[in-house]
Amino acid sequence: MTRTGISVKRFTAWRRRPWAGYAVVLAALAAIGVIYAGFSPQTDRAEAANANQAAAQASLENGKELFNKNCASCHGMNGEGVKDKDGRAIAPSLLGVGAASVDFQVSTGRMPAMNPGAQMPRKPPIAAFDTRIEKNYETPEEREEAHERQAEAQQNLDDLITYITSLDPGGPPIPPASAVDPSKGKVALGGKLFRTNCAQCHNFTGQGGALTGGKYAPPLSRDDVTPTQIYEAMLTGPQAMPVFNDSTLTPEEKQAIIAYVVQTREEPNASAAGLGRIGPVSEGLVAWLVGLGMLVLAAMWITAKKPKKLKKS
Amino acid sequence: MTETTAGATAVKTPKAVDGSLNWLDDRFGSTGFFKRNVKKVFPDHWSFMLGEIALYSFIILLLTGTYLTLWFKPSMIEVVYDGSYQPLKGVQMSEAYASTLDISFDVRGGLLMRQIHHWAALLFVASIMAHMLRVFFTGAYRKPREINWLIGIGMFTLAMVEGLFGYSLPDDLLSGTGLRITQGVAESIPVVGTYIYMFLFGGEFPGTDIVSRMYMLHILLIPGLILGLVTAHMMIMWHQKHTAMPVKHQTETQVYGYPFYPVFMAKTGAYFLFTFGVLALLGAFAQINPVWLFGPYDPGAISSGSQPDFYMGILEGSLRIMPPWEISAWGHTVTLSVLIPALLPLGLVFGGAAAWPFLEQWITGDKRLHHVNDRPRNAPVRTGAGMAMVAFYGILWLAGANDVIAERFHVSLFATTWFFRFAVFLGPLLAYIITKRVCLSLQRRDADTVAHGVESGIILMSPEGGFSEKHEPATPEEKVVLLSKETARGEAPAVDANGIPAPSSKGPIGHLRSRLQRAWTFDDIPVEEGHGHGDGHGNGHGDGNGHGDVSERKNPQQIGH
Amino acid sequence: MSDENETTGSPEPREHGDRIIGTPSPATQRNLIVEDDEAPAPAGAGAELDEGEAKRAERVVAALFVLAFFASLGFMVYFVGWSGRHGGMHGLERTRESNMWLGGLMALAFLAMGVGVTIWVRRLMTSKPIIQERHEFSATPDDRSAFATDVLEGAQDSGLKRPLLRRTLLLAAAPLGLAPLFLLRDLGPLPEKKLRSTYWGEAVRKAQAQGRRGVRLVVDGTDRALRVSDFAAPGSMITVLPEGMEKDVPHEDVLTQMAKSVTILINVPADQFKPAPGRENWHIGGIVAYSKICTHVGCPAALYEQTTHHILCPCHQSTFDATDAAKVVFGPAARPLPQLPLAEEDGYIIATADFPEPIGPSFWERG
Repeated sequence: MTRTGISVKRFTAWRRRPWAGYAVVLAALAAIGVIYAGFSPQTDRAEAANANQAAAQASLENGKELFNKNCASCHGMNGEGVKDKDGRAIAPSLLGVGAASVDFQVSTGRMPAMNPGAQMPRKPPIAAFDTRIEKNYETPEEREEAHERQAEAQQNLDDLITYITSLDPGGPPIPPASAVDPSKGKVALGGKLFRTNCAQCHNFTGQGGALTGGKYAPPLSRDDVTPTQIYEAMLTGPQAMPVFNDSTLTPEEKQAIIAYVVQTREEPNASAAGLGRIGPVSEGLVAWLVGLGMLVLAAMWITAKKPKKLKKS
Repeated sequence: MTETTAGATAVKTPKAVDGSLNWLDDRFGSTGFFKRNVKKVFPDHWSFMLGEIALYSFIILLLTGTYLTLWFKPSMIEVVYDGSYQPLKGVQMSEAYASTLDISFDVRGGLLMRQIHHWAALLFVASIMAHMLRVFFTGAYRKPREINWLIGIGMFTLAMVEGLFGYSLPDDLLSGTGLRITQGVAESIPVVGTYIYMFLFGGEFPGTDIVSRMYMLHILLIPGLILGLVTAHMMIMWHQKHTAMPVKHQTETQVYGYPFYPVFMAKTGAYFLFTFGVLALLGAFAQINPVWLFGPYDPGAISSGSQPDFYMGILEGSLRIMPPWEISAWGHTVTLSVLIPALLPLGLVFGGAAAWPFLEQWITGDKRLHHVNDRPRNAPVRTGAGMAMVAFYGILWLAGANDVIAERFHVSLFATTWFFRFAVFLGPLLAYIITKRVCLSLQRRDADTVAHGVESGIILMSPEGGFSEKHEPATPEEKVVLLSKETARGEAPAVDANGIPAPSSKGPIGHLRSRLQRAWTFDDIPVEEGHGHGDGHGNGHGDGNGHGDVSERKNPQQIGH
Repeated sequence: MSDENETTGSPEPREHGDRIIGTPSPATQRNLIVEDDEAPAPAGAGAELDEGEAKRAERVVAALFVLAFFASLGFMVYFVGWSGRHGGMHGLERTRESNMWLGGLMALAFLAMGVGVTIWVRRLMTSKPIIQERHEFSATPDDRSAFATDVLEGAQDSGLKRPLLRRTLLLAAAPLGLAPLFLLRDLGPLPEKKLRSTYWGEAVRKAQAQGRRGVRLVVDGTDRALRVSDFAAPGSMITVLPEGMEKDVPHEDVLTQMAKSVTILINVPADQFKPAPGRENWHIGGIVAYSKICTHVGCPAALYEQTTHHILCPCHQSTFDATDAAKVVFGPAARPLPQLPLAEEDGYIIATADFPEPIGPSFWERG
């Protein structure tokens, strides 16, 4: 306990220094270098084993550092969660939540949370974890750099997950890429399951919807909602969302739902304006403002006083 | 110009025209009728065309609707979809839904007709509402046009039911939800509810009959009734002549405007083209009711943000904000939380609108014919009551979208419900008070303009060094409009000349009538020429002095009740 | 429809009574052109046109009409030439394309014509505004009383005053008006006890006939029976139906049975679950089942928030507490969602009886 107490103090003082950010980046770069070396094919087995061990250690260290910096203030130094004096959870325990949960919360930017509200909003992940880096730069150097930053962010995320799961193993893992590939899901089945189990909150077309107390079901129609995140959300039930574990909805069924969500949002509208795909509310608004509005303008023109030029006749 | 009107004898008519007219005349004696009507005068105002939008939307609905029936199959038999919309391939659905998908994706131009049909339906109801508001606020429903007002309300009601049945036909998840709610409301009717429900659906919900039954009502019975009422509406309007706005040359005894043939005919023809054009534009570029995204109806599925089309919003909103009241006694249940919202708001709007012309006549004692419209400001109680009704309707309508509001603006869902629970009572009250105040201050400004003219923007300096703005008298046209205001008749005296109480003010009903009449007239502001105050400028004609000199005003006649 | 519609400009009063219907009106000059320079005339041109202006306007209108012609032509050309290529429409992309072309061209044709006609009216029509008299609707008192006399005379002549005749006629007519209502009787069955039970009851009876304690719950959409261990994660929710419904119920009746028996299964944390008195053994460690049909007007109340344990109906926002026998927390619903008694058999979740009360909206006979 004392050890952590001291380290918190030292860490708090340390992270305020102007060079702290760079130091983290450097450390991360070093870690990547080590890992890269670890996976490098030239190294022989013994070396590889050593390197792997070292890499794992570095990874854990980096994860811990990131955790202390970004998560510990709310979730506690050991991820045990924090309660207020009435015993209500301010931040839930992270012990045993599983990799999928951490990956979902951090990659959607919900964690680290900025300020507590009715619900944590989706937002761009903080720089250290932002894997969605723009890569279409003009010069190869810039592209290279972007790739590096992305790899680094991915590594940071992996390290954080490694660290948190090391506190208490258990909980669902991150689904493999093949399990979330929308092109392999059965869209028709996914549609049926989506309408029965998801649409009541997220709307037919994934536009989201209101819940009680200022909470809401977020839209699934945005492009940055990745198939992996959808899978993880079903698996872990973040915030108000119920859990759909793999024995209630099997991985194939989840894949079907993902296929339906992705297919629906990528499908074009049958006309130029989709009107938000939320149905009659926006349609009524358009009928009044555009339809009736244009016709009132036409009526005003038809019944307007005769043009000046003809008036003299 | 004058030659053409001087009579057919003066002009040599081409044989084709002459021949066919004679042919008709020999058989029907129609020339007299045509001759009397061909130059019928129609007064011009943009707001007189709102009703035409409804008429033309209805024609477009008939045309596009007929087209849709060629492919639509009103059947609830379950089929497996095998059309060209990939995501639903292999899904079980009703034949109604499958044929709607076929119209959308496999019939060329089918989606366009579907979208125009749906947009036209929305525009139909929207323009009926706008037209009705125009008629109300200008007092065009007054004697002799009360019957046409009632016919209009009848058509509005039918249009709502027609729309509900129409959008329920495709049997998609959204409309099925609406149907489920309709069923729940029917079921909750006391005593006969379950029978009505079972008879309507041919058994338990959803059964296999409802789509074909609604189809018959939607394409035959209700449009037939609307068509009959439209015809009556138009014939009465033609016979009574259209009302006119209070401008120069428009009086109670004459109407001023362009002749039916050729000007009005061309204008209204152009307007039909505009209506069809705007609807085609919407149908081409704005997606409406994309049933393929909603999926087939499934009683276990539901979507957030499930709303009816806008004209049903008032019902949806009142259902949402109702507290959970239910009475259970002697083995029977009455669900007030369904019955009150289903009956009361629409009953209030339609019943109130239907009763209003007669109520107004009873209160004001005005039994004269009216052909020239009121300016809304000149009847502040009517305008205020109308705005209160608009607020009432609008608030319930918005309450029907409270989840969309909560979601888009990130407010608590229950907070919106509570807001609307209060707003539905306070909003109309506030609307009434504000509208009446605005009307009265506009009246005051009119009175000022008549008395002192319009501010010219020219500043004069007097020899003493004071500054004043030069006022120019209003133009004659402006004066006609301003002076169209009729000074309110005073209250009928409670006792006649012999001290005997007037029959109309006796008893509680009589007292109520007197009180209402006072409320109608007491703060009226006279607008008349030569009624100037020494220093005018806006503070002259206050509320207080509106009473005493009633007998000296124009139109002083007392009407006995 | 009356067409008594004469127009006269003179203020002289109309001659009432001394004109026989069908004879021409005494006014020879029927329309009066308003000679008024100050009044800004409403839309329309004056009596004489400036020929140059008129020529220009004519060309503009003609150009618009030609545009409308080409738009309609384009509509047909597109329809024949393009919309049907490669064997007709194929799904959304082609629909989108043809919808925009056909609709756009159609709109262009109508709007161009509308604009053209409007310009024509405003620039080229030489009609002037005219004044017509608004006539009184009412007939003269003499006419009215003559008509009233006719009516009374007719009644007299017909012998309608004979009471026996009149009353028996009414007697004969009344049932004639009611009889058609009887034809509507077979619109549907009588409600009887249909609303009091769901397919769960029948399914449980069938299962018990086979020696089991109850019917298994299957996931709606996949028909997979759920084991208790399958549903162990707290905060889980899924829509379930009785096992065998798809097979045993006649095809056309499936949706109807489903509309009553659709149920949500929720795993509420056991420590927060407060079973209602008498229902202590209706849940399996916090796994609890409620009817999905809202007690307000029957929408599927399916929106479960695992943090607050509220079940929200997305239609009218009735909110129920899943930890507390689905009691109403907010909204217009007056009664809790009916609860389905659950138990465990061979590791599977089963229902041991039907809902104890009618599901869905309240009705008169419900009690």
